[in-house]
Amino acid sequence: MNFEEHAAKPLLVAAGVKVPRSLLATTPEAAAQAATELGPVVVKAQVPTGKRGKAGGIKTADDADCARTAASEILGMRIGEHTVERVLVEQRATIVREYYAAVVNDPASKNPLVMFSIEGGMDIEEVAATKPDRLRQLPVDIRQGLDHANALQMLAGLGLDGTDAVADLLVKLYQAYSTNDAELVEINPLAVIEDGKLVALDCKFVLDDSGIKRQPDISLSGAPEKLTGLEARGQALGLKYVELDGDIGVLANGAGLTMTTMDVISHHGGAPANFLEIGGEAYTKAKPALELLLDNPRIKSLVVNFCGAFARTDVMTEGVINAWQELEPTLPVFFSVHGTGAKEARALLKERMDIVPYATMDEAIIAAIDAAGRRRSAP
Amino acid sequence: MIVRGEERIIVQGITGKQGTFWSGRMREYGSRVVGGVNPKKAGTTHCGVPVFASAKEAMSAGGFEVSVLFIPPLGVRAAALDAIEAGCKKLVILTEHIPVQDVMYFLSAARANGARVVGPNTAGLVTPGECFAGFMPAFESDIFTPGSIGVISRSGSLGTLICLNLVQQGFGESAFIGIGGDPIIGTTIRDALITLDEDAKTDAVVIVGEIGGAMEEEAAEYAASMKKPVAAFIAGSSSPAGKKMGHAGAIVMGNKGTHDCKRKALEKAGVQVLATPSDVGRAIAQALA
Repeated sequence: MNFEEHAAKPLLVAAGVKVPRSLLATTPEAAAQAATELGPVVVKAQVPTGKRGKAGGIKTADDADCARTAASEILGMRIGEHTVERVLVEQRATIVREYYAAVVNDPASKNPLVMFSIEGGMDIEEVAATKPDRLRQLPVDIRQGLDHANALQMLAGLGLDGTDAVADLLVKLYQAYSTNDAELVEINPLAVIEDGKLVALDCKFVLDDSGIKRQPDISLSGAPEKLTGLEARGQALGLKYVELDGDIGVLANGAGLTMTTMDVISHHGGAPANFLEIGGEAYTKAKPALELLLDNPRIKSLVVNFCGAFARTDVMTEGVINAWQELEPTLPVFFSVHGTGAKEARALLKERMDIVPYATMDEAIIAAIDAAGRRRSAP
Repeated sequence: MIVRGEERIIVQGITGKQGTFWSGRMREYGSRVVGGVNPKKAGTTHCGVPVFASAKEAMSAGGFEVSVLFIPPLGVRAAALDAIEAGCKKLVILTEHIPVQDVMYFLSAARANGARVVGPNTAGLVTPGECFAGFMPAFESDIFTPGSIGVISRSGSLGTLICLNLVQQGFGESAFIGIGGDPIIGTTIRDALITLDEDAKTDAVVIVGEIGGAMEEEAAEYAASMKKPVAAFIAGSSSPAGKKMGHAGAIVMGNKGTHDCKRKALEKAGVQVLATPSDVGRAIAQALA
């Protein structure tokens, strides 16, 4: 779950990191009022994505009139797949230097990775590629945590003024990471201002989706995922559904098999309409799953691909048959059923729908592509 | 990370619905399930084996080599630490949706104590003809039959389909190693590849990977040094970037974790990357011919 800057910064503040004063505004007038109160400001688009500056979503303003103009330009702007609905009006700091600091889950070391660079404001991957000597990375044993001495050691040799303060900042940042089930918490830029203090001018925070349940309070501040209408319905039903732009519906069990069904459709010249997985705990949701598929106006045929491991195919197939007979769709449907319970599933399909599943997934998929009338190439 | 028939297994969370069902299937198949753990039902018998208050108690009562965890997400950290502190050296963690910081925590404890972890979010391990640990359909003989092909998979359902294809082509499996669909896991593709390379019963390996992360690329470095043939199928070639495709680990971020990147790395290492799972059996037959 991503957080917009205005929702991420309070998590830093709670850990003792300083941020500039700011006010959130949803209209140009409110932005002007904020600037009246704060003095010279930066007006920043609030969207849960990076590259806001490059898109023109960050502007400086010296007074209320300028802030009004800046906000009116930014509000309503499209950045990536988001429309800007809010701006953060933030007191402008006099920056002496800019750094970068972050803590992120690192699959390579299987540890939290603390990162610090003296090249603030830059994309960290670019720093790693072009100026690796300006970057320090420290995998931390999560059972020990990060202490001041570790942080000092990590910063040695970077030629910092005030290494102690930076080490202190990193310890606080690590605390914000560990107490909030973060996947990533990043300050870029981390500014040294006139009086030598360290201030977080921006913050990116990503909450681990598996941590949401035990972070009920902060998860309320997260940005809702950008979903289509059908995807939002799927999520509300507890189904893993991703809408795509093709015309062949996919219903399968397990993440790997569902992705593969899409891949093999593409491989044989078709175009998948969605990702929809009903394995595991979700196999009882065959009816809402089928409704979700049928409500996509682009869909012209459907592949049902089950391979039972944990989930029994006869249970899943029976769910689909019940739903099918209740909803009575006219869509052509093509089954491939293997694994646990497949024999029983095949008997059910024969008896109740007079359908014999295809011997292989590829055959079922090729038939579905033919039925959708858009096969482009031979396998 | 191959589970052997002589290894004694305990099931943490044996009294739950899934724990009960799969403990029964494991025992029927020949897995040496010697006990279970549930602090609230300690002292009782379940699925024909004693239930202990903790893994530590199970260890002092007679001992075990492998623990299989059927535990809800937020309870896994404590249960895994219990097993590791008991001296267990092989943990199979099936649970999906464990907070990643918890996963890193028990993996750190496992490293410090010389324990290996398979998972989380795995369907488990199968050694056809010997035993299994987890919830794979080991007992379906058209999917699992003793043989010489090692299979490594990030996905249970897709791994099952690949095994079915191998058996249809006349092969059997030396071992199935389900490594799990989470972004941070105890046993990586590379770790499993090393195990199968060193396994005398394995003649060839199939990697069933998916988009997201860099595990396939890491494994490719090792595969380049292997004499045994390796084939791979990587799911997700048609998945859009920036979306989690069912598994927490299956996500392309920017240009990272793409199918193309994995395919190129594996092909450079001499691994045949197949366009559909149906080609796997044929590719292995050609490689071993």
